[in-house]
Amino acid sequence: MSRYALRIATLGYLALLLLVPVGFVFYRAFGDGFGHAWDAVTTHQAVHALELTLLMVAIVVPANTVFGVIVALALVRGRFFGRGLVNAIVDLPLALSPVVVGLALFLLYGRGGWLGGLGEHGLKILFAVPGMVLATMFVSLPFVVREVVPVLREIGTEQEQAAETLGARPFQVFRRVTLPAIRWAIAYGVVLTTARVIGEFGAVSVVSGKIQGKTETLPLYVQDQFESFDVAGAYAASVVLALIAIVTVVGLRVIHPKEETR
Amino acid sequence: MGIAVVEVTKRFGNFAALRDVSVAIPEGSLTALLGPSGSGKSTLLRVIAGLEEPDSGQVLIGDEDVTERPARTRGVGMVFQHYAAFKHMNVQDNIAFGLEIRKRPRAEIRARVHELLELVQLEGLAKRYPAQLSGGQRQRMALARALAVEPSVMLLDEPFGALDARVRKELRAWLRRLHDEVHVTTIIVTHDQEEAMEVAGQIVVLNEGRVEQVGSPRELYEQPANEFVMGFVGPVNRLGDTFVRPHDVELLLEPEPGSTEAMIERIVHLGFEVRVELVRDDGQHLLVQLTQEEAEQLELERGHIVYVRASRETVFS
Repeated sequence: MSRYALRIATLGYLALLLLVPVGFVFYRAFGDGFGHAWDAVTTHQAVHALELTLLMVAIVVPANTVFGVIVALALVRGRFFGRGLVNAIVDLPLALSPVVVGLALFLLYGRGGWLGGLGEHGLKILFAVPGMVLATMFVSLPFVVREVVPVLREIGTEQEQAAETLGARPFQVFRRVTLPAIRWAIAYGVVLTTARVIGEFGAVSVVSGKIQGKTETLPLYVQDQFESFDVAGAYAASVVLALIAIVTVVGLRVIHPKEETR
Repeated sequence: MGIAVVEVTKRFGNFAALRDVSVAIPEGSLTALLGPSGSGKSTLLRVIAGLEEPDSGQVLIGDEDVTERPARTRGVGMVFQHYAAFKHMNVQDNIAFGLEIRKRPRAEIRARVHELLELVQLEGLAKRYPAQLSGGQRQRMALARALAVEPSVMLLDEPFGALDARVRKELRAWLRRLHDEVHVTTIIVTHDQEEAMEVAGQIVVLNEGRVEQVGSPRELYEQPANEFVMGFVGPVNRLGDTFVRPHDVELLLEPEPGSTEAMIERIVHLGFEVRVELVRDDGQHLLVQLTQEEAEQLELERGHIVYVRASRETVFS
């Protein structure tokens, strides 16, 4: 009896909080017909927003993956002064409101900021792609680290030491022993990072200046359309965002179990 | 090759794991490093392997000073307590690892892996993953993996510590036979004195980072250098300043010169061996080991008064 109650509570909670709102977006997006929705997401601005979002993914995800693995290795395997501090700093983006992150970058790179002079030397950071990349990297930094750290702890150092005594150089140890052991943690981290990069709104909205057709990513585009009363356009773009998210999450679920039960 | 450890000291923060330790391991021998936990035995092994850097002192393998060399160039084969199996590789890939790193020709690797699978009796399991093996099988795989690269020295860190008692006994006997076949200088770390005595030709007893005694199992048992060694290599009764092994205590039904009165507290039957726990009239507790036959002849029972006399005792100055 209590088992059913638990199930109903879980499903009800998820339905109310997640499925119904997302379902509504789909419903409203296609309310005026598929053709209308298609037109809405193939406008010049919409396509540009999608391209820009994918560019963010292409730059930020690899960078934060490589950096994330290095930081995780340093946190778990390294013995250095200030490790506790680094550990805490890595979590900062999770706790800090993205708007604050955006604002911080604004102050740093804006007119009168410490690095405000860069713009005068031809490197435009604010209201341009570099600033958006920086903001997105900041907010999506912890995911790979947080996925990889517990796995590294769990596998311990014995396998790596065994490889070492068998003649492997440090990089061979990493490539042939450590990396295969943490590959699924990395994959999860990459998915979470990707999701965060695609969905990031707050920090990017502050530093981008929201110039339509120039510095607008998909989430910014959605808000823009919504505010200019093109509700159907906003819904249609939202559906694109939701679909990307669903594909990433489902994709991982499909491959992962097969590998794990080997 | 023989191994020499010369005046090695190793600290972890405030904890001195090894204090000025010197040990010589003869070529081709099977030596046990025996000691309680925290005695430094594993640290000593890891220093020899190159996985731990000593604060001072030297390690020589053969005639060569390897103190400054990384583990991968020392030519040691290491086996860990928890197997350290490469979980994402099957048995044959695990065994082939060191050969692959050395970029040996494929045919040679295949032949060598086959040979080793036979040696460790895992022929049918080449394609299995570590998760599909029992603890004993995993440890034999780890041994094969270490042997694959023809190390000049084998280092085993509590290799049977994670296995259940029966498998442990089997593997000890198997290791002994393997060593007779392969003859590579081998060091085994253990906290189990029975394991050390059963397997090793030479035992190094460590305590609190120092070497207490080095000798054959028999020497350690019969001529322990001090109280610690005497207590560690077997059960012992302490009577004032003298130490008596439980099998060196005579049980008498009538008082005789040199005997003292004691009451039987408990009798434990272990098959061939019978253990009798006694308390003397001065309150000292005593453990006595008898054969079943002896115990039956004496018709011992709980609560009986008997007379005890040491047939052999040891006093340390």
